[in-house]
Amino acid sequence: MKEIETTSPACARTGIAGENSLSELPWCGKINLRGNPQNTGFLRKSEKALVVKLPLHPNTCIDYLDRTTYWLGPDEWCIHCPIGEVGNAISQAGQALGRIHHSLVDVSDYYTVLRLEGPDAEALLAKACPLDLHPRKFCEGTCAQTRFGHASILLHRTGRVSGFNIQVRWSFAEYVWDYLASGMQVL
Amino acid sequence: MLIITCPWCGQRDQSEFTAHGEAHVARPEHPEQLTESQWGDYVFFRSNPKGVHHERWVHTHGCRRWFNVVRDTVTDHIFATYRPGERKPEIKG
Repeated sequence: MKEIETTSPACARTGIAGENSLSELPWCGKINLRGNPQNTGFLRKSEKALVVKLPLHPNTCIDYLDRTTYWLGPDEWCIHCPIGEVGNAISQAGQALGRIHHSLVDVSDYYTVLRLEGPDAEALLAKACPLDLHPRKFCEGTCAQTRFGHASILLHRTGRVSGFNIQVRWSFAEYVWDYLASGMQVL
Repeated sequence: MLIITCPWCGQRDQSEFTAHGEAHVARPEHPEQLTESQWGDYVFFRSNPKGVHHERWVHTHGCRRWFNVVRDTVTDHIFATYRPGERKPEIKG
């Protein structure tokens, strides 16, 4: 069996220009969960087994203990957890949910998360992202799936400094990185 | 550029979406009983109106859900968006 690739194309890169910085966050576990939240059995059992709170409102995420759960759709969530816990979390949740209609997929090596920080973070993202990123509209803690250039991204404004976590498909990481890095050169 | 209201995510830029043609085209219940021209009609022919058009869109770069849009094909004005399975809104065009 082929070993799982644990380094994305953006790994070990750092980009700093002025007060802005770009980096890749350490690899974390990512679980894609699907199921019907109107089914209280599904909601209760998946939250208990995965130790998360599932956000039910669009464009929101919930931090709970060491896991963060992002709303992806009316019946779909992405859970970030420490990488070593993915296998156990999936098998426990699978057992707990049993015959309740659901889907649990390990997508840890499908996405990577870039971190963009600095006073010009909004301006840099606005170069290729159509979302209104003004803090009045897109405040601390908000997340949204949108695009950056041709790449689909999951954007999350978080952290003490003005900054964003950008979850992107592994194969698009280099593209997004280069786009942001070249933007930093011409600010 | 249009601003389209995704029934789940809210107002988003058109570039996050993809359009996929006319909505409410029901698949025939018994395709095997259709003549070739009836089947051809179902597969290829659409109403193509000048004015109010009900169409299917998908929020490709967002929640990846399908929904319906009522759009004026002349002015591009969007009258309404609604979820699959919801009642078709009455629009006077």
